[in-house]
Amino acid sequence: MAEQAVASPGFSPLRLWNDKEARSIIIQILTMALLVAFLAYIVTNAIANLEAIGKTFSYDFLSEPASYDINQTLIPYTSRSTHLEAAIVGLLNTLLVAVCGIILATILGFILGVLRLSSNWLVNKMAYCFIEFTRNVPVLLHILLLHGIIVTSLPTPKQAGTESSDIFFFTNRGVFAPSPQLEPAFWAVAIAFVAAIVFAIGFNKYAHKVQDETGKHLPVFWVSIGAIVGLPLIVYFIAGMPLHWETPALKGFNFKGGMVLRPEFVALWLALSYYTASFIAEIVRAGIVSVSYGQSEAAFALGLRPNRTLSLIVVPQALRVIVPPLASQYMNLTKNSSLAIAIGYMDLVATIGGISLMQTGKEMETMIIVLLTYLVLSLSISAAMNWYNQRIKLVER
Amino acid sequence: MTDTTATPSATSGGQTYEPGTHPDLPSPVRTEGPIFWIQKNLLSSPLNVVLTVLGGLLIFFTIPPFLDWAIFDAAFTGESRKDCEAVASGACWAFIDERLHLFVYGFYPVDERWRVNLSFLLLAIALYFVLYDGAPYRKYGLWYAVAFPFIAGWLLVGDGAIVKSVTTDQFGGIMLTLVIGVTGIAFSLPLGILLALGRYSNLPAVKLLCVCFIEAIRGVPLITLLFVASTMLNYFLPPGTQFDLVLRVLIMVTLFSSAYIAEVIRGGLQAIPKGQFEAGDSLGLKYWSSMRLVVLPQALKISIPGIVNTFIGLFKDTTLVIVIGLLDPLGIGRASLADIKWGGLAEEMYVFIAIFFFICCFSMSRYSLYLEKKLHTGHKR
Repeated sequence: MAEQAVASPGFSPLRLWNDKEARSIIIQILTMALLVAFLAYIVTNAIANLEAIGKTFSYDFLSEPASYDINQTLIPYTSRSTHLEAAIVGLLNTLLVAVCGIILATILGFILGVLRLSSNWLVNKMAYCFIEFTRNVPVLLHILLLHGIIVTSLPTPKQAGTESSDIFFFTNRGVFAPSPQLEPAFWAVAIAFVAAIVFAIGFNKYAHKVQDETGKHLPVFWVSIGAIVGLPLIVYFIAGMPLHWETPALKGFNFKGGMVLRPEFVALWLALSYYTASFIAEIVRAGIVSVSYGQSEAAFALGLRPNRTLSLIVVPQALRVIVPPLASQYMNLTKNSSLAIAIGYMDLVATIGGISLMQTGKEMETMIIVLLTYLVLSLSISAAMNWYNQRIKLVER
Repeated sequence: MTDTTATPSATSGGQTYEPGTHPDLPSPVRTEGPIFWIQKNLLSSPLNVVLTVLGGLLIFFTIPPFLDWAIFDAAFTGESRKDCEAVASGACWAFIDERLHLFVYGFYPVDERWRVNLSFLLLAIALYFVLYDGAPYRKYGLWYAVAFPFIAGWLLVGDGAIVKSVTTDQFGGIMLTLVIGVTGIAFSLPLGILLALGRYSNLPAVKLLCVCFIEAIRGVPLITLLFVASTMLNYFLPPGTQFDLVLRVLIMVTLFSSAYIAEVIRGGLQAIPKGQFEAGDSLGLKYWSSMRLVVLPQALKISIPGIVNTFIGLFKDTTLVIVIGLLDPLGIGRASLADIKWGGLAEEMYVFIAIFFFICCFSMSRYSLYLEKKLHTGHKR
């Protein structure tokens, strides 16, 4: 009531500004209005610019033939395929190098992080030097350097082919390895493998139940490993070894047959992996250090053996610290894989955002596809890691 | 039994001795000196012995050959690759030496290079005031540091009246790296603070806008943003506008970096207890005063390591401009590989550039560690 009395002397904009509620609404309306005006401005500009050079905004080009070759394809692709197919091939190549890179970077990073905590002075300092030298140099330089080394210092296929009769050939055209050739009966092995995994999951549940009821601890790890490795192996021999290896052989100037890892892929994969590993190493180190030694002592006091202390006490607590920054490193690796274009690895940016863009002149359409695809990739990685983080986080009362 | 109680003599290992007949005890275990150090740090367990041997072998097989290549068997003078190969089997540093001016200045006109040198000097002075808090007249020095990007911009580009104008396509080398890096750092910090405050604010519309901007920028690689800058940014400007490529890159790099800075600072803001915000309000401070005087000093202090890490990342990311045709040191180096006279001395070039980046980035990370220690005033929760 008293406020009403004070507020009575007429309406004025200044009074409105001094009211907290009103002010926040005014600010928000202004922000939105500015944003809309800005968007309208750039859209009208874009329309005017496109009209001036006689271009239209359409995605029709996606179904036209791309008419360029891609040197590494995971799905059938020829130069007669469409731009859309080229984009998919590029996306798959991006995903391939990202997934391989994430796996290798995680392994390397954990090894380096543990070495960094080693009580062995020499190993500790070596890991430190490697980490510092790697992470303080641009990743693009690592990629170019590695690519340069592979292309200039490895032998040509001809030299490699005449020098040795190995089954692996490291040449400047790529790493050639035997490729597995599956025979029809191989599906039995595949089924055995799936069955073994199902069995392992079931056994794990059963072991938990037994432990809850009787306190007995069953050797889950060894039984699971035994089943997953052993069962397919037994089936493999029973089925008469339905698998043979096709070794690469020198035909003319290059190898034929077998699997090939192209130098661009190898350079990109290794460089991204060890560069990211040097960041992961520091994250892992920080995570392990963050678990206070009292936790291990408490576990020892309860009578847990060292390896179970590690797996039940230290690692679960360290993971809580490790996972969020690890997720952003995975995202960084995926985004850094776009540097592929510098060495000619045909990823998403190099296909649709590179050659397709040049050929069709559709800058806006192609760049929008590239940007949106990366956005979706990043958001899905962060969603996956959030889900995992939610699972391992501390359950509080 | 009676014996031992009657003569209180030293017992060891169940044996009794008459006083004075006890043999000398073994000398105490060594706890200092090089031998103990080696035992403790290198050979404390079988696993450690194995690791030490493996590490030693690795060092033995990598470091001496590298030193041979880089120093002992290297050629430091010469006119061409042939000259180098005639005198030495290792690296050919004469190549770097001859092209050093390109690596530093790019294609900046020779007569105008004093301007680049002068701006390096001005940068050093600005860094001195920003980084060293014991500097005399630091208050004025900091104002100077704020003005520095504009002064250097004027000096490097020129205005055609006082100093001759130089087009930005002649920028290159380390100078271009520093232009992009310093501009990105200088402008992304204030922008990042604004974005972080926006994301942390109570106004839903502002918050939504900032969240969308930050997440969209962080979700895509810098390289695609650079492509956007080089291919499609011109479409969004009024028809007929010609917009300098380096300027477009600077804007993109700044926007990119500010999104990351914003996330780092948001982390700092979240670590500030709610009571601090309320304390600011209860003192009657308005929003901006409360942020400036109470919240941000604490939030920024916590965020320093993250901010410096972002800056290091930004500095390394400046190399990406080669994909849109700008010539930073890496671009200059790659272009000079085609030179017939020197014929593809790629390793020398990459090692040289790697050392440059290592020195810059490593010193930044050391400085951040020092700052972290210095600012740690004991309020850590």
